[in-house]
Amino acid sequence: MSKRYSALALAVEGLRGHTGWRPVWRFPKPQPAYDAVIVGGGGHGLAAAYYLAKLHGIRRIAVLEKGWLGGGNTGRNTTVVRSNYFYPESVALYDLALRLYEGLSRDLNYNIMLSQRGIINVAHSDAEMEICARLANAMQINGVDAELFGPEQVRRVAPALNFDPQARYPVFGGVWHQRGGTARHDGVAWGYARAADALGVDVIQNCAVEDFLIEGGECKGVVTAAGTIRAERVGLAAASHSATLAAKAGFELPTRVYTLQAMVSEPVKPVLDTVVLTLGTGTYVSQSDKGELVFGGGLDRITSFAQRGNPPAHEFIVAGLLDAFPGFGQLKLMRQWAGVVDVVPDSSPLIGPSPVPGLFLNCGWGTGGFKAIPAGGWLLAHLLAKGEHHPISRPFDLDRFARGALIDEAAGSGIAH
Amino acid sequence: MQLFPCPFCGTRDETEFRFLGEADAPRPVGGAAAPIADWTRYLYFHRNRKGRVAEIWSHAPCGETFRMERDNVTHVVIGSASLRKESAR
Repeated sequence: MSKRYSALALAVEGLRGHTGWRPVWRFPKPQPAYDAVIVGGGGHGLAAAYYLAKLHGIRRIAVLEKGWLGGGNTGRNTTVVRSNYFYPESVALYDLALRLYEGLSRDLNYNIMLSQRGIINVAHSDAEMEICARLANAMQINGVDAELFGPEQVRRVAPALNFDPQARYPVFGGVWHQRGGTARHDGVAWGYARAADALGVDVIQNCAVEDFLIEGGECKGVVTAAGTIRAERVGLAAASHSATLAAKAGFELPTRVYTLQAMVSEPVKPVLDTVVLTLGTGTYVSQSDKGELVFGGGLDRITSFAQRGNPPAHEFIVAGLLDAFPGFGQLKLMRQWAGVVDVVPDSSPLIGPSPVPGLFLNCGWGTGGFKAIPAGGWLLAHLLAKGEHHPISRPFDLDRFARGALIDEAAGSGIAH
Repeated sequence: MQLFPCPFCGTRDETEFRFLGEADAPRPVGGAAAPIADWTRYLYFHRNRKGRVAEIWSHAPCGETFRMERDNVTHVVIGSASLRKESAR
């Protein structure tokens, strides 16, 4: 069992030459049966297991991960957290996530390195400024911090931006969201895994789920390479592979699977202490504690499960960065990678019961899953414990497509997801 | 840069093409009389197969709309065929 982390523990270990640290989670063999099994050991799956054990008192829980913890999209995103959304349903969801993030290091006794450095969406025309005013007003009405900035205020929070009035994407102002920022993505997965393990959750890696155990039309467990595991309830939090697994259970999802790229530059001295998103190109960038510029942009245009990006999108994202920050053109690109994201037509997630009783969904997060991890896990835990929606997840049910009740954030907040 | 085969123009850069959707997804017959479930499935739901897939693509410069089979993990293109009626003869 892992020890409690504190400044004192760190000091003591420092004096002992750091010889006392032990693994912080077990490597258990799967049991034949559990109360709940969660498919997918990324942030959402691990968070669901943690909240299910902590808030709902369920003890026999397993998280099944086909690779290693947080090795999918949890470890491939650009670490940005924010809740600058337009519709009240989205605000309830993403602000729950941000509020949980704000207390997460203390809750998990694990430093997720949350840095609420603020995020600025930069607008390039009078028309875009009107859209920004609309977003800022909606955020304020929904109780989320937002401020409409003019060019001089943008200069204060991101002085390295290109303020030349002749620029292709001139700076007219933007929406400032102070509570947005970054968190360490691996730390979120590891913190939830450690805390879940301490509550008795079996976190099982290298255990791919291949099919579901369906009896009498109900989901009664999963079939893995290591054998069949029975479960009262099953949660599906496998991002893009939720769709391929859904096919095994006999239903389809309203998702399309795309590649999303991200990249980092070589490390440099501090030059950017906020998160910047430019509306003209969709490029967003922040600087890591190591000094690397971490940036990304829109999706690759080709549906793909390849986990690697194609050059056209790569080039567009880099060009967007250099339009906004010409000075970054001197930097070398150090690494480039990609994740496979499941995008829903309204850019909002799928949370709720699946068409198969006993099987519950938490997927469809598209390009914005990391910021929502605590809320996605919290709501999936509620579904698995109660068998029904929490009011916050109800609007995100699969039934919204037949009802035409889409929550179209791509149109609403007008920013990349 | 990946190259895709347009049945009309031949091999061109991927940036000239637009993905339209999965192939073999027939539009419900009967308009408003068709069940809502059929329309919902047609408009929003997808098979999302991993591996070999058949899709409908369009080549923007010439306007050709065609069926392409490819592997969505390796990105290998298996083949493409026009959807024009004369090519079916």
